[in-house]
Amino acid sequence: MTVVERVPTDKVVVEGMTGDAAIAHALKQCDIDVLAAYPITPQTIIVEDFQKFVANGEVKTRVIPVESEHSAMSACVGASAVGARVATATASAGLALMWEILYCAASMRMPIVLAVANRALSAPINIHNDWSDSYGARDSGFIQIYCQSCQEAYDTVIMAFKIAEDHDVLLPVMVCIDGFILSHNVERVEMLPTEAVQQFLGVRKPAIALDPDNPVTMGPLALTDYYFEFKEQQDRAMARVPEVFERVESEFEKMTGRRYGRFETYRVEDADIIIFTHSTPGGTAKAVVDALRERGEKVGVVRLRMFRPFPAEALREVLRNAKAVAVFEKCRSFGAPSNPLALEVRTALYDLDERPLVTDFVIGLGGRDVPPSTIVEGVEKTKEYLKAGRAPLYETLGVRK
Amino acid sequence: MTMALDFAKGITEFRWHGRGGQGVVTSNQMLGKAALAEGNYIQAFPEFGPERTGAPVRAFLRISKRPIQVYAQVYNPDIVVCIDPTLLEVLDPTEGLKEDGLLVLNTTMSPEEVRDKYDFRGGKVVTVDATTIALEILGRPFYNMPTMAAAVKHSGVVRLESAIQAVLERYPGKIGELNKAAMERAAEEARVG
Repeated sequence: MTVVERVPTDKVVVEGMTGDAAIAHALKQCDIDVLAAYPITPQTIIVEDFQKFVANGEVKTRVIPVESEHSAMSACVGASAVGARVATATASAGLALMWEILYCAASMRMPIVLAVANRALSAPINIHNDWSDSYGARDSGFIQIYCQSCQEAYDTVIMAFKIAEDHDVLLPVMVCIDGFILSHNVERVEMLPTEAVQQFLGVRKPAIALDPDNPVTMGPLALTDYYFEFKEQQDRAMARVPEVFERVESEFEKMTGRRYGRFETYRVEDADIIIFTHSTPGGTAKAVVDALRERGEKVGVVRLRMFRPFPAEALREVLRNAKAVAVFEKCRSFGAPSNPLALEVRTALYDLDERPLVTDFVIGLGGRDVPPSTIVEGVEKTKEYLKAGRAPLYETLGVRK
Repeated sequence: MTMALDFAKGITEFRWHGRGGQGVVTSNQMLGKAALAEGNYIQAFPEFGPERTGAPVRAFLRISKRPIQVYAQVYNPDIVVCIDPTLLEVLDPTEGLKEDGLLVLNTTMSPEEVRDKYDFRGGKVVTVDATTIALEILGRPFYNMPTMAAAVKHSGVVRLESAIQAVLERYPGKIGELNKAAMERAAEEARVG
């Protein structure tokens, strides 16, 4: 284990930067060997900024400007197989075009970090935020972490490499931020000295690397004989993520004083209604809770960070004493009885003898603004459903009907 | 139940109006960076959209002593700044503005004329002819920074020197110096009523 020390305050640089810029700076300090990417809004600033670092000679990274996202992830897999520290970034249709190779990256146990600026999927074409893109990739085998702030995005990218490259894990990580709402929002970011980041991460030590002198085969054919065993191993690796995550966060906390957890709890101790969401609505929900508490309402927030692996057991303990859990999510799973986030919550609670009522509000599709009033509306509806003793499986909020 | 909920306690909220290409997003960011330099937490973001030259654009800024949690557009700003006089014919800049809010306009109108035009009786109105100032000093209609200077002077959210410093960092050299001169003159000439 690396020895990390608390970074003195005078070594921390405070800057105003967008979520995209914060991620680009983190990638620079993580000393990545290869970045293969194709530009797509609202992720573009990440790659633009990184290319500036390359042009200025600030990094030694090889940037591969590929012709599509399918190639971007393919190049990442190849570079990662050689033992390189590798990153890419995408959004929306770009993530959709990566689809086939997402599964290869995860199954071949390549510790790639993929920054996603969450954006709606076509049609109609829309460049704004919702979570349909990365929710769709929830079964790809990537770890998924969603960030609320630019600071958190910066910190999470740094931690993501350490989690991904741990030999108990060896899985790729998606670090997700809300497109535009965070990707283009200038916030206060505390940047660590580069030496501290590099000491924290160390140099990647591949478990097995492609080497012409010692040839190995990666990702070959496995049919009825061994395919299932590969999947069993992959599943076990995912199950080891919480422990490694905890360890990495503890070290990061020693260095920075900051810790986020797999989820954040806010004023939940005596809460009758717990708002459950993630990313930027997780922040807005906290402001809503502060306001509602002022008029005596017992409400709290659980802001999820890690969607994969989903922390079902830990969440069950936090949510079990509430009367209701109000889920807010920016995705509609068409034809499904409810939507990706609420499905997980309901599964986590199902085995309890006495379960909180779960409401599921689909919000903010295609970047529709989610003001505090939308969340208040959901809380009010949840109160009504509590009185009635039942709630619809899901409903949409903030849309013309 | 009808008690108004305050989701922005301790936060100063700005809404900016301008047109694509006039630098409203940049001046919003510069003011944000000045506030950051004075030790505040900030959020500075545009109304997101494909930015077309000449189309009405809005930008938002939040400034707070504590980390900011709310992520949404600003609906009830403390301060509204409109850098483009032509927009005053197509939108009502007082929409959603708090009763005790501050309205800052680039216009040749007097504060009294503005109050009558929008029937805005509360708060404070600041007008500045930033267009003339920009044309005379910069030689081109870059009126975003001088309008910002008027807002800075009469809101007191940051010191004028901090705002000028942020602009100088962004535009080192001659452009920065000319903007500085324009900002100082605008702060001086702005009318309050």
